[in-house]
Amino acid sequence: MPLPYYVSPEQMMQDKAEYAKKGIAKGRSIIAMEYRDGVLLVADNPSVSLFKISEIYDNIAFSGAGKYSEFENLRKAGIRHADLKGYMYSREDVTARSLANGYSQSLGTIFSQELKPLEVEILVVQVGEHDRPNELYRISFDGSIIDERGYAAIGGRAEALQVFLKERYKGDTPTLKAALVLCVEALENITNQKLPPEGLEIAVLDRARAGRKFRRLPPAESRQILA
Amino acid sequence: MQRVPDDEGSSFFDYLARHRPDLAPPGPPWSPTSSSLPLSEGSGASPLPPVTHGTTVLAIKYQGGVVIAGDRRATEGSQIAGRRIEKVSKVDEHSAMAIAGAAGPCLEMAKLFQTELEHYEKLEGLQLSCEGKANKLGQMVKANLPMVFQGLVVIPIYVGYDLKRGEGRIFKYDITGGRYEESDYHAIGSGGKDARNTMREHFRKTLSEEDALRIALLALYNAADEDVSTGGPDLVRGIYPSAKLVSASGISDVDDERMKTIYAALIEERKKEG
Repeated sequence: MPLPYYVSPEQMMQDKAEYAKKGIAKGRSIIAMEYRDGVLLVADNPSVSLFKISEIYDNIAFSGAGKYSEFENLRKAGIRHADLKGYMYSREDVTARSLANGYSQSLGTIFSQELKPLEVEILVVQVGEHDRPNELYRISFDGSIIDERGYAAIGGRAEALQVFLKERYKGDTPTLKAALVLCVEALENITNQKLPPEGLEIAVLDRARAGRKFRRLPPAESRQILA
Repeated sequence: MQRVPDDEGSSFFDYLARHRPDLAPPGPPWSPTSSSLPLSEGSGASPLPPVTHGTTVLAIKYQGGVVIAGDRRATEGSQIAGRRIEKVSKVDEHSAMAIAGAAGPCLEMAKLFQTELEHYEKLEGLQLSCEGKANKLGQMVKANLPMVFQGLVVIPIYVGYDLKRGEGRIFKYDITGGRYEESDYHAIGSGGKDARNTMREHFRKTLSEEDALRIALLALYNAADEDVSTGGPDLVRGIYPSAKLVSASGISDVDDERMKTIYAALIEERKKEG
């Protein structure tokens, strides 16, 4: 019987991580940013029907970068998790933290046990109500989870975006207009091209709305805000 | 959290039945999980208990939409169990339902149906059609059939504004989940017949919103007059029936002030008639 080749666990993990990172870097980027009345999500996404940003529950939104089929499955699993919890207990018991933990567990398990890791990076954001802060969780392909403040970026050239935003996102929480301008600038800066509202997928978790806070901003409306 | 691949479909109802059957309704009577039913017992005698549920809920169309309304009384035998029960519930931005039957299963069905529609909308990225929603509710009523044999009847009226057709629609159901569309108005519950009689007298096509609301409240008033299990307006406590307007611009509640005005006029009219 031939002996299986020995590969050290370190090497294996490194290879997997590299593979996943490569896959994620191929995609386009997404930014989540806190603004005065909620959280803004902007994705560089020219498609009008295949979404990268989605509603999960009353106060919670999801966005995924990387391989569409993979983050789409994660999105659906998240909606099921949230709806089941809300149905079983109460709507206010559905939290981004519990959801982000669930995602972290799933991604971590898949990363360490499956041959192919998921080539995804996801954001779970929750708009805070009654003076509670917003929550922004960034979860990587290996299940590592980071709690961000102010803004978060995933996919494509996320690191360059983080650097750009770190310099520009300062002082008071911006208005919706200022936040949107900054997000578009950041995305244009790293892609080196003009991005009209038609080429962007934009949505907000608007604290002022009753019940379900998630709302997509159609290009016409974004154009108006940007003008 | 479930892993790839995804073969779950977009129905919360099915998801619940598969993964949390303890939380789901009992399922169709032929499903292997449901307990055996006294279907074959007796000879010829109908196993169905008489459908008695103390309530009156109704829906009536007007030019721009539909009024859906119901009384607020819950009964336990000859006792009044509740005076402020909400039998009309908003399901999503463009539809509402009202239920007659055993209170517990009724509330559960309303909640499950709300979750079902929201779940579908989020997963698929678009809403079910008005027809699709009505059909789905029919399947849920059918799933409740085993409970019907135990006396827990749940019968809804579903009202939706069909954005594609640009009109309000009313659907009624039977206990087997049969779905029938009504063109003008409908009422169910123990006072349903009285309410229907009133609406038949006053209904005409192209009613205004105000007129339709007035007829709906009159129908509830007459039903409460004839049926002990239907609550009328409680002037002492200030409890009025609940009503919602379903139109192109969404769902709006009819506030108590408006109810009060309409009922005041109604009662004044009755007094004059002697």
